[in-house]
Amino acid sequence: MIRHRVHLVLALVAILAVALLPASNLEAQGSKGTIKIATQSPLSGGQAALGEGIKLGAQLAIEKFKGALEKQGFKVELVPFDDQAKPDVGVANSKNIIADKDILAIVGHLNSGVAIPSSEVYKEVSLAMISPANTNPVITDRGYPNVNRVCGRDDVQGVVGSEFAHATMKAKTVYIIHDKTPYGQGVAEFFKADAEKKGIKVLGFEGTEEKSNFDPIVTPMKAKNPDVIYFGGIYDQAAPFFKQSREKGVKGKFFGPDGMDSSDLTKIAGKAVVGMYYTTAAAAPSDLPKAKAFVDEFKKKFSKNPEPYAAEAYDSATVALKAIEAAAKGGKLPSREDVATAVRKTKLNGITGEIEFDSKGDRKKAAYFVKQVGSDDPAKWEANKTIKTLAIAAPAAAKK
Amino acid sequence: MDVELLIGIFPQVLLDGVTLGFMYALIALGYTMVYGVLEFINFAHSEIFIAGAFVGVEVLLGLKSIGLLDSLPWPLVLLLVLVAGMAASGLLAVTVERIAYRPLRGAPRLIPLISAIGISFFLQDLIRLVESLWRNAFNLVYPTIDVLNLRFELTETIDVSVKSLVVIGGALLMLWALHLIVNRTKVGTAIRAVAEDQAAASLMGIDVNRIISLTFLIGGAMGGAAGVLFGVQYGLINPYSGFIPGLKAFTAAVLGGIGNIPGAMVGGLVLGLLEAFAAAYLSLLTGGAFGAEYKDILAFSILILILIFRPKGLLGEIVRERA
Repeated sequence: MIRHRVHLVLALVAILAVALLPASNLEAQGSKGTIKIATQSPLSGGQAALGEGIKLGAQLAIEKFKGALEKQGFKVELVPFDDQAKPDVGVANSKNIIADKDILAIVGHLNSGVAIPSSEVYKEVSLAMISPANTNPVITDRGYPNVNRVCGRDDVQGVVGSEFAHATMKAKTVYIIHDKTPYGQGVAEFFKADAEKKGIKVLGFEGTEEKSNFDPIVTPMKAKNPDVIYFGGIYDQAAPFFKQSREKGVKGKFFGPDGMDSSDLTKIAGKAVVGMYYTTAAAAPSDLPKAKAFVDEFKKKFSKNPEPYAAEAYDSATVALKAIEAAAKGGKLPSREDVATAVRKTKLNGITGEIEFDSKGDRKKAAYFVKQVGSDDPAKWEANKTIKTLAIAAPAAAKK
Repeated sequence: MDVELLIGIFPQVLLDGVTLGFMYALIALGYTMVYGVLEFINFAHSEIFIAGAFVGVEVLLGLKSIGLLDSLPWPLVLLLVLVAGMAASGLLAVTVERIAYRPLRGAPRLIPLISAIGISFFLQDLIRLVESLWRNAFNLVYPTIDVLNLRFELTETIDVSVKSLVVIGGALLMLWALHLIVNRTKVGTAIRAVAEDQAAASLMGIDVNRIISLTFLIGGAMGGAAGVLFGVQYGLINPYSGFIPGLKAFTAAVLGGIGNIPGAMVGGLVLGLLEAFAAAYLSLLTGGAFGAEYKDILAFSILILILIFRPKGLLGEIVRERA
């Protein structure tokens, strides 16, 4: 019996070897090598809507702009990774990514809490990361030469929020809930600090990882009757919270950061969130004169609307391609260091506006928006009105 | 400290806690009944519970798409959804028992436990796969039935929603029915006999395998009902939502004395109340130093204390041990 099995295994190995060899030979002849750009974003779980948008945005850019590199004889590929919005999964993926020598740049992540530990891994090999969506200040404040982002920062976004709550919403009191992640708690703390400075009374500041039963948080909040309720976190948690709050008769106005910016917010919370405001660092395509073509193309190809940050992901991937092109001058496969240096120097007139990075990888001039949910129909999310637009330079790096 | 506020929200917190407690109690029954009969912890029960919620939402969405959701009287809709959820979860539990536990009946205690954990993971991703193929989404929102969202405002800070009443009423009804089945019928006597001594029960002419299947059916159906009520109460479900409530309900079953049916109810209520009070009062009482996020730590610390002094659970003595 055992001998038979050994024979079988040998035969299988032989067949595999024969099957694989010619393929790899062909590849080597056909091109100078493969250039891969990876995306990392949640493709499964509660935040998959946004994560999928990031992947598809990057895919669109790569299909559109890979021609220049292919002419030089390279094969260009997108490799999507699913970080499940979990830091441990993100880091595990990162280890696989740095092991694949063909991967020259990363577009990702969605969650700052995942991006921060993952980028520590990229840094080991100077692999360029261009983030479409991570707004936590730490991302760039570490001053890593390979880490960049095309979106704004939470220390600015939190202040944009508190300014709006104070000046436009005329809030006297506010109740703050956050999700205990670096992103959610981070932006909530910036909001809180500045709100207090402006004389708004903070009635409560609560962190929670709860996803379904918000009763115990809502009850004391309702008793304190705040003017504004700010949720520092992401829609998959905020939407049921808002819904249950309204159902329990909470009267305050809802407010939140860019984590609210997904059509799933209205899909889950429905009427409860109509009229609520949120700040965001992601431009709606309607605010971007150059993005119309992008939206049309996206709809045609994937038969759905681009979620927020899809346009940023498109620009991030474009930056990656341009940088690789610049580094590959002379037709040689560039090193990861070369690409990272080139990314930092890239200037691009992207669909989200002029992109140029400062010395620590922040976008020189990032835009921030205050928007309002217009309808309880998720299909009309793109039509949410922009109430206020601000272009603010990133704060200079903290002195060490 | 704002004493007026502390007292003002008390009845509301009590109500929240009782609602949550009955939910835990319904789920805990599944753990406790199976343990009573097989002395085995069915870790897949949290997924059997959430499967009921998914069948419930599918029925509701189905009714909605053919326009019957608003035209049928709401108690009928609710009954329909509950029955569908219970049937599906009950059958699922029986199937799981048949496939994954029965072949391992004679094996060492840990083997079926591992099998249960495996089934738990398998079911999570199976639900995710089926829903993704069928609806292209696996975060499903329960369609609102307007009547259930009505609230009776008793005072400024206290209001009672029809939903919570439905959850409490439904749970009480189900617990009462279970009590009747177990204590007043022949089948119930057979279940108790098998729990006490399988060998002796089979010598008395009881088909032990059938009774075990029946136990899984009843426990699963209770879980399915809890799943539907969970969906109605909290609105949003995904294939992984069952895990935490399942864990809490298992704790409730241990707290009440695992294997003991009234114990599961008492344990569920105690845990639900502990959690609700911890979450609502911690930050008020400590001036914000400890927020609602510490609710589980407080609830479980009290639990550990209770179990140190009563290792067999609150109603532990009545546990029927096999000779």
